[in-house]
Amino acid sequence: MIVSMEQVSRPKRPARDRMSLIAILPLYVFTLLFVAGPLIYMLVLSFLSRAEVWGVVNQFTFRNYARIFEPIYLKTFGQSLKLAFTSTILVALIGYPFGYFMAKLSPKWRGRMMFFLIIPFWTSSLMRLYGWIIFFQANGVLDSILMGIGLTSEPLKILYTYPAVVVGMVYVLVPFMIFSVYSSAEKLDWSLVEAARDLGAGAVKAFLTISLKLTLPGLLSGVVLTFIPSMGLYFIADILGGNKVLLMGSLIYEQLMKAHDWPFAAALSVVLMVMTSLMIYLYRRVTKVKDLEGLI
Amino acid sequence: MSQTILELQGIEKSFQETRVLNNISLSVNQGEFITLLGSSGCGKTTTLRIIAGLEKPDQGQVLLEGQDVTGWEPNQRDVNTVFQNYALFPHMSVEGNIGYSLRLKRVSKPKIRQAVEDALDLVQLEGFEKRMPNELSGGQRQRVAIARAIVNQPKILLLDEPLGALDLQLRRQMQLELKRLQKQLGITFVYITHDQEEALNMSDRIVVMRDGRFEQIGFAEEIYNHPRTSYVARFVGNANVVTGWVEEKDENGSVKFSHPDGVFWAAIPEKPEDRNAVRPGDPAAVAVRSEHLELMSAEAAGSEGLKACVKEKSFTAGMLRITLSLSDGAELIASRHGINSSLEPGDRVSVAWGPENAVMVDLQSGNELESSMEGE
Amino acid sequence: MKNRTHFPHIYLGVIMVFMYLPILFVMIYSFNGGRSAVLWTGFSLDWYRELFRDSSIFDALINSVVLATLSSLCAAVIGTLGAVGLSRVSLRSKGVVEYLSTLPIMIPEIILGMIFLVFFSLLGLPFGMTTLLIAHTAFCIPYVLMQVKARLVGLDKSYVEAAKDLGAGELRAFVDITFPLIRPAIVSGMLLSFAMSLDDVIISVFVTGSNVNTLPIKIYTQIKTGVTPKTNALCTLMFLATLFLGLLSMFIGRSRKGSNKQPDATTNLNINEETGG
Repeated sequence: MIVSMEQVSRPKRPARDRMSLIAILPLYVFTLLFVAGPLIYMLVLSFLSRAEVWGVVNQFTFRNYARIFEPIYLKTFGQSLKLAFTSTILVALIGYPFGYFMAKLSPKWRGRMMFFLIIPFWTSSLMRLYGWIIFFQANGVLDSILMGIGLTSEPLKILYTYPAVVVGMVYVLVPFMIFSVYSSAEKLDWSLVEAARDLGAGAVKAFLTISLKLTLPGLLSGVVLTFIPSMGLYFIADILGGNKVLLMGSLIYEQLMKAHDWPFAAALSVVLMVMTSLMIYLYRRVTKVKDLEGLI
Repeated sequence: MSQTILELQGIEKSFQETRVLNNISLSVNQGEFITLLGSSGCGKTTTLRIIAGLEKPDQGQVLLEGQDVTGWEPNQRDVNTVFQNYALFPHMSVEGNIGYSLRLKRVSKPKIRQAVEDALDLVQLEGFEKRMPNELSGGQRQRVAIARAIVNQPKILLLDEPLGALDLQLRRQMQLELKRLQKQLGITFVYITHDQEEALNMSDRIVVMRDGRFEQIGFAEEIYNHPRTSYVARFVGNANVVTGWVEEKDENGSVKFSHPDGVFWAAIPEKPEDRNAVRPGDPAAVAVRSEHLELMSAEAAGSEGLKACVKEKSFTAGMLRITLSLSDGAELIASRHGINSSLEPGDRVSVAWGPENAVMVDLQSGNELESSMEGE
Repeated sequence: MKNRTHFPHIYLGVIMVFMYLPILFVMIYSFNGGRSAVLWTGFSLDWYRELFRDSSIFDALINSVVLATLSSLCAAVIGTLGAVGLSRVSLRSKGVVEYLSTLPIMIPEIILGMIFLVFFSLLGLPFGMTTLLIAHTAFCIPYVLMQVKARLVGLDKSYVEAAKDLGAGELRAFVDITFPLIRPAIVSGMLLSFAMSLDDVIISVFVTGSNVNTLPIKIYTQIKTGVTPKTNALCTLMFLATLFLGLLSMFIGRSRKGSNKQPDATTNLNINEETGG
């Protein structure tokens, strides 16, 4: 047999696979055009100036960012942070035990609980918030109950206050924490806890050293899933807080729709985005999760 | 007179920076059962995948019935593979799996049904058409995988350690069945395994692979009785390899070797070029099987044999094994039937064997690999 | 586990009740005779009747359903092809594009709404169904992409190799083998997309045109401007629909358990969550 000295066909390298390149084309185009594009434009916009009546003038400026430091805006910023922190803590306090206890149920009950959780979760959040309005409204359900049993003599004006917003926020976000903690706690090897008990640890100590540590990822990802939205779910504040509670979200909306100061709104958004990204970055560092699939 | 159905010429393959195959060349005859034997990582699976078309070599050619198919896609080659993990399509029934290749060729439904039935008969799984893969046991899945690969009547069937996941009993049974199947169908089988017993049981020819190279190619009997390298000797049949110096060559049939502990013998190499390469004073290595070692007490032996010390004895796999150590640290293993022997660790003995039972290995003459030329 | 106290069960029960309370309030008052959403004046189905006569609500409903369907379809196509392509290609831009395409569910919706608004203005796109579709597809793609990607990663490569070995070309192998095996992930992603799109308020408010309303937008405006029990009735019906779909998918999941060994859509959905809409 004569051995040919020529090089024969080069091996097929994945990058050259034509069909795959065609397959990713829609994703590339869509993402670059409708995700990267808007984001870049937002950044650019934040450095531009607002025109006299409406629109934008191509004049580079830092003024928008400087404005953020004005007391009124800082206050809004602070409010948003405060709300986010408060909500997150409450959500963790309420949601963590729930997820944990749920994971300890029998498989049959776990499935049922999951079903019971999913239904309200899928129900429009608007509807659920509306239900709280009915509850908190002057002469609403809460008042009827309280006045009925004689605790108060006139309507509590809870609606359109900060506490109402907190309640709404917590209510909407608790399921995320529950799912997060549950999926982590479900994988928990209970025999480890038993071993700890066997070795002499009390119930509380066993929990703190074993269960809590092992479900920490679930808790942390729940925290991220709560904190980030709570910075942006302005419509909850809108519905339950009216004009009394001003958050960054409502500020952005206002600047965009009412004041038509697009550059300023863009600057605010950039700041908000930076904060959110910071949170995600911290989360990754703490849990060493490479991509966000753990959150989905 | 069988023809060459497959030829590998100078195949080279690297993954990233690692060279996996180095100048691989082989001729396979139509209808033979040839096995690639080697430990993990030696490149046997890569070789198989190159034949199948699932990998393309960096250099070299693959010729199928004389035609250069090196650049061809797997679906263009008339070669089918039985994968190590069976790779049965989980969402198709047994029938769907087996009939898949025929459906691709647009064979008529009734013909497909018949072919599937015949294939299932061959592997003794009649009536399993409607089952799903996840309902089958390991052995059954393996047989479906085989059925799926042969229903196409390919020119060559490639089998990648198909029996690895089965328990011993089942494995032995399947070895016989595969051999029977191959004879019955007359398809060329290229088989991969790391189990030398399996290779010796089933194959016509064996290719011993090591670190990306073919160490020796030959008929099973030859590989077993006439290993050419110490690696092959140790790998196939667990032979002892003793090193020493050539003392004298007896043209009638044996060679005498000297060793710090005494003398030993081996048969003279068969090939003239090997014979000529043996010169007194050369270092040499000799392979001899455990069962051929004869032990005598040191006094009775006199100046024959090697003086050794008994290190330990054990009873494994139905044989009594006695480990002996030589002064240079090398160990020899002698085996025989029986439960025990009067020898104890520490005893000094003399070890010898008939020259006809020992072969010289690692000879440096040319044309080492092919001990038998492709069937002409 | 030793159950020395019933605290866990009590806790679960109480919280669960709280979950449903607001829904209950809305439902109860939908049958309220009077106009007030609070004072009970007697049982009545009037509001339901009025609801069915309100064509604007009907339009909004159609819009929402159409939008959700189209968005989840577009997201399914772009996302699935994208996930499959990404798994086989090794371009340097791969990681960046993947990150970017999942960004829409990672950033607060208000920002997303804002940047879409300004960008669409810049491009001069007509505000309405077009912009809604683009925006919704953008935040639906991540759901499909991630699910399919996860499924692909776990998929044994030897299946496709076996198919090719048996005679299938690249495209056939995809259609016969890869696609059926990733289908559950696609369906799961689509269902989640559908739900998220249907429920979206913030983004829709920003990118919709003056004459296009989606159901959530309609309800939102009503809550803000002045709500009648008609809204309650609408919400009640929506809730019942959700309940119905939930039960349905559960039963489907149960009956398929035997024949299909792939994890069914609902089990994947359970752990999937994202920013509230």
